[in-house]
Amino acid sequence: MSPNMKMRRPTGQPGQPAQPAQTPEPAAQTTRPAQPAAQSAITPAVVAEHGLSPEEYQRILDILGRAPNLTELGIFSVMWSEHCSYKSSKKWLKTLPTTAPWVICGPGENAGVIDIGDGQAAIFKMESHNHPSFIEPYQGAATGVGGILRDVFTMGARPVANLNALRFGSPDHPRTRHLIAGVVAGIGGYGNCVGVPTVGGEVNFHPSFNGNILVNAMTVGVAETSRIFYSAASGVGNPVVYVGSKTGRDGIHGATMASAEFNEDSEEKRPTVQVGDPFTEKLLIEACLELMATDAIVAIQDMGAAGLTSSSFEMASKGGLGIDMDLDAVPMREEGMTAYELMLSESQERMLMVLKPGREDLARTVFEKWELDFAVVGRLTDTGRMVLRMGGEVKADLPIDPLAQASPEYDRPWVRTPRQQVLKPDDVPAPRDWPEALKTLIACPDLASRRWVWEQYDHMVMGDTVVRPGGDAAVVRVHGSGGEGRAGKGLAMTTDCTPRYCVADPREGGKQAVAEAWRNLTAVGARPLAITDNMNFGNPQKPEIMGQFVEAVEGMAEACRVLDFPVVSGNVSLYNETSGQAILPTPAIGGVGLVADLARLASVPFKMAGEAVLLVGDAIGGRGGWLGQSLYLREIVGREDGAPPEVNLNNERRNGDFVRMLIEQGRTDTVHDISDGGLLVALAEMAMASGIGVAVTTDHSSAHAQPLHAWLFGEDQGRYIVTVPEDHDLDAVMRLAAERGVPCRRIGVTGGDTIDVDGRMGASVADLRSLHEAWLPAFMGADGDLA
Amino acid sequence: MKAAVIVFPGSNCDRDVAVALTRAAGQAPLMLWHRETALPRDIDLVVVPGGFSYGDYLRSGAMAAHSPIMREVRSRAAEGLPVLGICNGFQILTEAGLLPGVLMRNAHLRFICRDVHLRVESHDSLFTERYAAGQVIRIPIAHHDGNYFADDDTLNRLEGEGQVAFRYCAADGAVTPEANPNGSRGNIAGVFNHERRVLGLMPHPERLAEDLLGGIDGAAMFESLAESLS
Repeated sequence: MSPNMKMRRPTGQPGQPAQPAQTPEPAAQTTRPAQPAAQSAITPAVVAEHGLSPEEYQRILDILGRAPNLTELGIFSVMWSEHCSYKSSKKWLKTLPTTAPWVICGPGENAGVIDIGDGQAAIFKMESHNHPSFIEPYQGAATGVGGILRDVFTMGARPVANLNALRFGSPDHPRTRHLIAGVVAGIGGYGNCVGVPTVGGEVNFHPSFNGNILVNAMTVGVAETSRIFYSAASGVGNPVVYVGSKTGRDGIHGATMASAEFNEDSEEKRPTVQVGDPFTEKLLIEACLELMATDAIVAIQDMGAAGLTSSSFEMASKGGLGIDMDLDAVPMREEGMTAYELMLSESQERMLMVLKPGREDLARTVFEKWELDFAVVGRLTDTGRMVLRMGGEVKADLPIDPLAQASPEYDRPWVRTPRQQVLKPDDVPAPRDWPEALKTLIACPDLASRRWVWEQYDHMVMGDTVVRPGGDAAVVRVHGSGGEGRAGKGLAMTTDCTPRYCVADPREGGKQAVAEAWRNLTAVGARPLAITDNMNFGNPQKPEIMGQFVEAVEGMAEACRVLDFPVVSGNVSLYNETSGQAILPTPAIGGVGLVADLARLASVPFKMAGEAVLLVGDAIGGRGGWLGQSLYLREIVGREDGAPPEVNLNNERRNGDFVRMLIEQGRTDTVHDISDGGLLVALAEMAMASGIGVAVTTDHSSAHAQPLHAWLFGEDQGRYIVTVPEDHDLDAVMRLAAERGVPCRRIGVTGGDTIDVDGRMGASVADLRSLHEAWLPAFMGADGDLA
Repeated sequence: MKAAVIVFPGSNCDRDVAVALTRAAGQAPLMLWHRETALPRDIDLVVVPGGFSYGDYLRSGAMAAHSPIMREVRSRAAEGLPVLGICNGFQILTEAGLLPGVLMRNAHLRFICRDVHLRVESHDSLFTERYAAGQVIRIPIAHHDGNYFADDDTLNRLEGEGQVAFRYCAADGAVTPEANPNGSRGNIAGVFNHERRVLGLMPHPERLAEDLLGGIDGAAMFESLAESLS
């Protein structure tokens, strides 16, 4: 398709193009191709408006042996959209590791499932709602949360936590404040109402997101391993049931929109953004979980992108069956809706399920109790065809597998990203004054406190949030696991990606995103188990963008393998470009880990004065003090160049396993990973979170002694700050590190109310904290600009 | 203590408060669906939990106040049955006429979730007797509509009769504008009815009733109730 094509709803006007006449005998339709219908509506322009290339249209003609009618064309267009078909990314996604002994269900279902012991599973996924959120930030973000919640409770899990990874444009851009205010209010408005705590996530800024923000929402749920629900339909003759909200005309062609670039006319796409109703979602969660406790459900699938079309086709395709559907039975919000509109609507808070025969009344009772619509809309057939009837006519008759499984798969041309030079510490100027540089950094948009954001999210509802937002990873207790003297077990979760690394070296950046998620889980004491990925990239038809994608996947795959951290679910969002300007490549990683005993946790704040401060992990091969692509380079020096830091995955694993062991053995309860901003920023964050200062000394003895600014601000990977009591514990820890070959050096001591380096008093913790806390509220204005 | 927790469509702190009640009383509360029309005779306490009953559509608490069960809650409260409303439950109790005043949108218009300090204004009630008068406690809030308003006459009466239960304050107990998270008149966070047998408050004591979750200042309210009502 033309990247800048102007999209309109083909049926936006009341008078829809005439439906071609249909063959009257439905029974005959299953044995031979439907009669070629009148072709008045299907012109090359109509095909193009549906985002289908001439080659793809030819493929449709070959599959059907005739021309499609408009309803059928609409169905093909959404099923074959990038958003639903993964046609550009499939080839590469297949290369990601997806298995481990604890993986119950990898990619391909609504969400990934991992075993967390005691007959329980964690079910999770992250998904983008980028395009809708740029057009209408409140509803776009809200429905993003709603959609990902449904993906998780569809599988039988009670959602226990939400996270979100957000990327906005430059703070100077005139739309940025409006977008932040709307997205944050939308995420809160939805998550707070459904009563699932929003416990973590990330917020970054970069001008490449000026015209194309990223809103990636993640939900984690908990289910019993014996009661996990899948989407494959089975049982010819079983009823196909529609539950939830009624279907309206909202969101038609949202999936197609999400598969195209933006331009100046994107505002006109506002009608394709859906409107969320978190109250209905809450009822739907409770009703579905109530019905799931019975034996009534055979298969269940939420209606997400491409609504009734993708849910019905996916369920039938996975079960190798057909569906005979009566569209007149679909609960409708408006009169006069057409088959085309019903099949393509993206009205929210709807589910499709297949019930066991005779369980309709039981299910109806549950949904009526929760005041939700319930309708039997079809039956499973053995024909492998989707037959849609309405008003006594067959509106569509399509073979399911060619649509659902034989969708196009492209091996798009790609090129490797040219590598940038590795910067030596001396290539980067030292600051005039390091305390001033620290103050600038901790108050810069990418490092300033996010409190203004997460205080708008209910992060405590459900009564199990053990580690609240603001730490390395959030921790939520598995409900009911504590008691009788036990603290219980918990799930740790985080989202991570460093887009500035990814654009400079997508392979190293992909590795780093996975490694940082693993490191953040480790830093709280969790055993990292699996990830979900949300791949946000530009237009894959450009070889350099496709190359970013391919290399990021390569790097991620390598990290997943070495760290035993498989991908169990994910989502791809391409065409994140506006007027030809692509976003920084952003493979956002959502990681989940298990804390076996919540009595053994670590967190960021210093706990007391007088503890030894240890630096775990070291420069790789003498190339320490890595300033290429660092925040120091960008915020203090004003440059965005150089190679990003190397990720040595073997060191990463060794260092992380050591830190986790210290936490599990109760030798430390204070850990922070070193990431954006480097060592000094990590120390400052620990101090600001506690009000306790710290004094550290550089290593004058090392053969690899670095210039001071490189040591303080370098973003070398695989490192942690750990504090331990200054006594025999310290000796024991040092001995354990030596035995395992883990670089571990005592660099200072906690105490006082300032941050000191080599005996020089730097900044007061109180001053740093007020700078750190001030930026975002000041930027957003006192009233948060809710307009 | 036998407690009943009312569950409305959109309630979402019903389970949380049930956990806190069970912990304090050693007995799980009865969970009552809003379409019920009667409360068992042997109930000692009714709890109206937090959440977004009916999605907060129309006005927070307005629709739930007209649910079938609320007629019964009103008449039993008139007979002296203790009622506790937390957050959305407080909003519902004001809408149902069981407590004076209204909860308006927060003055800064944003939803706000954070720990706040509260000053216990009266420990002379079955909800608060485990606290000391003037004690400063730390309890989380999580609301969009917690801005307590009552007219001057009502406010004077509440103050005069000792019906103010909790006020937002600084860590040292000072009741200041800076410590007011939502614009409530008089920094009021919770009020009693005249008999001090109905309490509504915006903060969530059930959320800090366990060390693992960061504090236990909320536990004393449920322990007070369990002790008074057993």
